[in-house]
Amino acid sequence: NPFEGLVSHLRASWLSGKTRPVEYRMAQLKALGHFLDDKKKQILEATASDLGKPPFEAELSEIFLCKNELHEALNNLPRWMKDEQVDRTLAMQLDSAFIRKEPYGVVLIIAPWNYPIQLCLVPLIGAIAAGNCVIIKPSEVSKKTERIVAEVLPSYLDKDCFAVVTGGVPETARLLENKFDYIFFTGSPPVGRIVMTAAAKHLTPVTLELGGKNPCYVSDTCDVTNVARRVAWGRFFNAGQTCVAPDYLLCTVEMQDKLIPALRKAIDDFYGPNPRESPDFGRIVSDKQFRRLRALLGSGRVALGGQTDEAERYIAPTVLVDVQPSDPVMQEEIFGPILPVITITNMDEAIDFINSRERPLALYAFSSDDKIVTQVLERTSSGGFCGNDTLMHLLLTSLPFGGIGSSGLGMYHGKFSFDTFSHLRGCLRRGMGREPLNAPRYPPYTPQKFGVIRATAKVTPKSDCALL
Amino acid sequence: NPYAGLVSHLRASWLSGKTRPMEYRVAQLEALGRFLDDKKQEILEATELDMGKPSFEAFFSEILLCKNELNVTLNNLCHWMKDEYVDKNLVMQLDSAFIRKDPYGVVLIIAPWNYPIHLFLVPLIGAIAAGNCAIIKPSEISKHTERLVAETLSCYLDNDCFAVVTGGVPETTRLLENKFDYIFFTGSPPVGRIVMTAAAKHLTPVTLELGGKNPCYVSDTCDVTNVARRVAWGRFFNAGQTCIAPDYLLCTVEMQDKLMPALREAITEFFGPNPRESPDFGRIVSDKQFRRLRALLGSGRVALGGQTDEAERYIAPTVLADVLPTDPAMQEEIFGPILPIVVIANMDEAIDFINARPRPLALYAFSCDSKIVNQVLERTSSGGFCGNDTLMHVTLTSLPFGGIGNSGLGKYHGKFTFDTFSHHRGCLHRSMGLEALNTPRYPPYTQQKLGLLTSAFEVKRRGTCTLL
Repeated sequence: NPFEGLVSHLRASWLSGKTRPVEYRMAQLKALGHFLDDKKKQILEATASDLGKPPFEAELSEIFLCKNELHEALNNLPRWMKDEQVDRTLAMQLDSAFIRKEPYGVVLIIAPWNYPIQLCLVPLIGAIAAGNCVIIKPSEVSKKTERIVAEVLPSYLDKDCFAVVTGGVPETARLLENKFDYIFFTGSPPVGRIVMTAAAKHLTPVTLELGGKNPCYVSDTCDVTNVARRVAWGRFFNAGQTCVAPDYLLCTVEMQDKLIPALRKAIDDFYGPNPRESPDFGRIVSDKQFRRLRALLGSGRVALGGQTDEAERYIAPTVLVDVQPSDPVMQEEIFGPILPVITITNMDEAIDFINSRERPLALYAFSSDDKIVTQVLERTSSGGFCGNDTLMHLLLTSLPFGGIGSSGLGMYHGKFSFDTFSHLRGCLRRGMGREPLNAPRYPPYTPQKFGVIRATAKVTPKSDCALL
Repeated sequence: NPYAGLVSHLRASWLSGKTRPMEYRVAQLEALGRFLDDKKQEILEATELDMGKPSFEAFFSEILLCKNELNVTLNNLCHWMKDEYVDKNLVMQLDSAFIRKDPYGVVLIIAPWNYPIHLFLVPLIGAIAAGNCAIIKPSEISKHTERLVAETLSCYLDNDCFAVVTGGVPETTRLLENKFDYIFFTGSPPVGRIVMTAAAKHLTPVTLELGGKNPCYVSDTCDVTNVARRVAWGRFFNAGQTCIAPDYLLCTVEMQDKLMPALREAITEFFGPNPRESPDFGRIVSDKQFRRLRALLGSGRVALGGQTDEAERYIAPTVLADVLPTDPAMQEEIFGPILPIVVIANMDEAIDFINARPRPLALYAFSCDSKIVNQVLERTSSGGFCGNDTLMHVTLTSLPFGGIGNSGLGKYHGKFTFDTFSHHRGCLHRSMGLEALNTPRYPPYTQQKLGLLTSAFEVKRRGTCTLL
């Protein structure tokens, strides 16, 4: 077991208690902030090299969003860490009852390649804030960023408590043989199953941030220009390699006819007449992913885009029409700059279409009519939801981010990250004296004693209240 | 797959939306209340037949505590179900951002035999409150209670949405082949691993309420009489068949010498000179468990009790002294009326002893000196904690109840049960207009746009605040 020594070392550090004081955690978090500031340029260069990520997008998603999460944690950590006093029964009025937030111990964070800094750093912020030691396993697919994380990040953090492990599938499988106290995985559902199965051997709790096909319903009553821009932005950001990107559109044939020219205009506004020459449009991360995506271009008919260049791993911002539910592009999460449009006759059909499929990580509904947005929300199930925009619900650290069903389990961002990596320990501290208070519970049992217990321990029903 | 039809039927009911309205959930919960009232006598008789559970204990644990959970839920359900509005950043002031509580769908609750009504009913309350459909799998070991649940519960609940499945290991294995949207399991760690592994195939989230050896540290400064009563009560309630019972005592040799007569006194007070004749002391649930426990009596030296009767599955309230860490009584969760005492030199040694072992579901520390109780709490890790008493922390519905490490994952009781069975869906509802607010994010990217975006969305670092 090649990683056994490392895991033991981190476990010993955790048991020593060094990660417990708030000052220690704040110092590590501030160091993460310095990492982001000092290495900003290298991070932008690495992500540009790994997946052609435009510096604007990298700065926003890899630096800025992480700094927001950092500041949220630094601003609130003392409060999050405090014991939460809870309501007590009559019999316990003189006792102390509270929830103590405790670290799990040694946690493992496995990150993917598409937002390679963000998706290891944001969980890491929560893990550190909650007092854990951490092993980070960045993706080997985003190679340059992997090297920064492996070679540079450890010099900012306490090496006794934080480590980076690199490698591919075999190394990750060996790593997973070890007992961790929490595993946080972001990646695909099939690998999520493997991670959860490995975790089950040690009864290790997990958060799995997975994916799926995020539907995007566009009703007939909407501002077509705005919809096209918001959808195109969400689909083509990072060349489509975003777990919450709108995966496919659902609309009527009439709306499709209006949307196509509006999408053409939006793409042109964003990237110019030849997106391949735009500095603002990314590339596909690997040859394997490129070939997978190129094969999907055969589904339906290319209405916009469709151009590819294998040497650059370039796939143009593409919209497919006349797509059938049985087409290849509708069988897997696209994860690229291709947007299929499926026509339906009305909202009910769209909702049935969505509900007959796996529950997605994100669900989008566009309508000028609030009631329609609300109905789609009510009648479907998804990790998260955004009405009249794409991706934006992720920008609020006050909203939990996570999947449901095959799009994942667990949630994070903001305080939810701290809560994810904390064990909530229910604590009751009683007095050594006042034994008469306990007398009714002891044998020999009598109805009289029972009456006393019932009176002091009972929760009475209140009268009805209306759902506001 | 013998259960495929049942699971599909429940899934169709859930998809129909019938469990969503608050009125429906309240009606089902009130029906559960009537089940407890109408079938009280049958429940007391069944649990007595199954494990000699004294009526007082059955009333308290199987009826009163369940009614408390019901009432807490009925009192608060409309408040728990409401969308939670969250803080928004500057740009989203005109948007609606909230957390919607959605049901998971079809959940499976697997209950053990020791508190056979309580341990399926309390999770069921949360599952219903959160809008799910549920399959309940009661334990086949507590046969009379299993029959009661299988035959009568369906008269109270909507059979389209709730069902009871009976059987042993083979049936449970077949049941677990189906895809559930949540699995709630109470039982032993080895079976917990099996359940989580089965859940992993379908990426089903789980709560596992397991067990372990709950240490009970008694410091030299304490009121020996009170300690003995509280510990004896916790150990011998339900003839020791309680997942949070104090499993073993840790104290100095001097304290052991004082505790022994005090424990003798407490046992005599509770159960009389011959506990076998007391109506207030339970029996072991099965021959297999009885034989397992009888074998543990060889560990150390029997200081109190030790008598057994195989025909009655009676094991006397027993205290073992001179127990070594290597003895059989220290190798497994006892789950019976046997209390080993392991002698240590001081609190540090006790803490090291505890920390060298798997993390327990409950941890107890007795001392008149609150600093000692606090130190034990701070320097150990466990599911829950109670200072100067046993079991009582789980009677507060405001405290989360759950394990850590081998003793489990997830938590419930009170609102935590509702939260366990709810998916927290992050929702953002934006306007179709106000497109000007979005322009800074679109390509072509400029430094100026980046500046606008970061100032609009930034979470600033505030001045430091002290930990109160």
